[in-house]
Amino acid sequence: MPKKLRTRKHTVVLNRSVGGDVGISIFLIIMGVFMFLPMVYVIMQSLKPLDELWMFPPRFYVIKPTLKNFSDLFTLMGDSWVPFSRYIFNTVFISVTGTFGNLLLSSMAAYALAKIEFPGRNFFFQLIQKSLMFTATVTGIANFITMSILGWVDTYFAVIIPAFCTTLGLYLMKQFMDSSVSTSVLESARLDGSTEFRTFWTIAMPMVKPAWLTLIIYSFQGLWNAGASIYIHSEQLKTLNYAISQIVAGGIARAGAAAASTVVMMAVPITVFVISQSNIIETMASSGMKD
Amino acid sequence: MSQKTEAKRAVSRKDMTKAQWTWKEMKRNKTAYIMIAPFMILFFIFTVIPVVLSLFLSFTSFNMLEMPKFIFMDNYIRLFLDDDIFIIAIKNTLIFAAITGPTSYLLSLFIAWFINELAPKMRALVTLVFYAPSISGQVYLIWQTLFSGDAYGWVNGTLMRLGILDAPVLWFQNESYVMPLCIIVALWTSLGTAFLSFIAGLQTIDKSLYEAAAVDGIRNRWQELWYVTLPTMKPQLMFGAVLSITGSFGFGGIVTALAGFPSVNYAAHTIMHHLDDYGGQRWEVGYSSAISFLLFLMMIGANMAVTKILSKVGQ
Repeated sequence: MPKKLRTRKHTVVLNRSVGGDVGISIFLIIMGVFMFLPMVYVIMQSLKPLDELWMFPPRFYVIKPTLKNFSDLFTLMGDSWVPFSRYIFNTVFISVTGTFGNLLLSSMAAYALAKIEFPGRNFFFQLIQKSLMFTATVTGIANFITMSILGWVDTYFAVIIPAFCTTLGLYLMKQFMDSSVSTSVLESARLDGSTEFRTFWTIAMPMVKPAWLTLIIYSFQGLWNAGASIYIHSEQLKTLNYAISQIVAGGIARAGAAAASTVVMMAVPITVFVISQSNIIETMASSGMKD
Repeated sequence: MSQKTEAKRAVSRKDMTKAQWTWKEMKRNKTAYIMIAPFMILFFIFTVIPVVLSLFLSFTSFNMLEMPKFIFMDNYIRLFLDDDIFIIAIKNTLIFAAITGPTSYLLSLFIAWFINELAPKMRALVTLVFYAPSISGQVYLIWQTLFSGDAYGWVNGTLMRLGILDAPVLWFQNESYVMPLCIIVALWTSLGTAFLSFIAGLQTIDKSLYEAAAVDGIRNRWQELWYVTLPTMKPQLMFGAVLSITGSFGFGGIVTALAGFPSVNYAAHTIMHHLDDYGGQRWEVGYSSAISFLLFLMMIGANMAVTKILSKVGQ
């Protein structure tokens, strides 16, 4: 069955077999159900009253939905060791400062790596690319030593400062600048006597808004979902995610509150993604690795 | 850089040695160094130096209190000859990575390709369904509720009602189920950045390429994929491969959360858990540095090998 692919200028006739269409649809539906059902189940669990949570045989769907689990969650928050607002403050503070620092440092470095030809830029960019090839677990032990030497154990610094130099954001920003900031515009600004910093701030940065947004979201997501850190011992400095995991670890009676807290915690990154999806996809268009 | 300075540079470069010219260029571009300095200094402190430091410490015996003592290869010899659990950890890590890496890569690619021809609104919705588990923090813990070991767990309950089981199975405490289950959950959370990158890559392919291909005798979607789509989005394929491989070595946290630590009879014990055991709990810094360095070599080795192969494809 010929299927038409419309583009802005013309219509292309693609060769598409019915069998292929059906097969692909079935595959997508099965995978979609596999991906989506657990998410639905969390929401169902969060709405179940206690007797339905412990019903035999267990049911997938909720029969008499209630918001009691959510109100229980807030009651439990009131009983915490330090005022619950402190955990919320910690997570918000860490997420905001960490993200802001990462955005500032990464975009400055990305601009220099993408748009200034200086000796060593290839070396630095290769290092960044290589750093995408291993996880932070590898550097954990050595970083603990560094943190002890710096005296940052059990301070906000131990969580915020390393977040400044996450490399995925810099990588995406640099690739996006490569492809969407025209060098000739920058050249003419330089000819007019604009300093490199001014060119960066007033000309390049406004052109890469989708990349900023992507970087902000990635950085924010990482910090928002951060649980217990090995560097933090004081209860006053711990995060919301940690506090919630403590609440829900409190036994069988809290199964409903546990599901409710998962729903609350996941609502934030999902909402952020829904709002910014088109910008993220735009940034990803230039994410490719060349060599 | 105006044309005048360009010309001047071109003339004067001949009279200079390479070092002199580099130095001159460095001075001319000093702003660039100022701009990358804050990021790079932190990046060196928290990423580059730690890798070098763990290589150095892996040749020592060190407990954070006394000075490190140089013992050369002893840590590595102990790892491979005296530590049976490490051998289990290597095996599990490799099985985990070899299954989740390629599977999540292919799933990301094919799902992105399949949804590419949907209408934009529909595509955005389906993207969200597939992408959501990877950004939702600890939502994967719901699998523990689904596969709960008592009769109230939905899977046990359903299988018992259907008469397939007569007694509940302790899924995450069972040696033969724990690893496959952890792999399934890891895959469930694995449609992340690589997936988005593929979606974006497919969107940017010039549609007239397909038109030209149709004229040249491309007959179906599979030929289109092989001859037009994949070669055009090769940079995304490389980027996605790197993220999938790195991710496939990094699922330790999910395993700990689901199967506990240590997992039953070390059935899901990975290198990451071994590292946590010796570094985070026993404070054998030298020994755990050897483990980290080996993990580093495995990750970077797998990545370099695969990117090398991918860069050859279609040439």
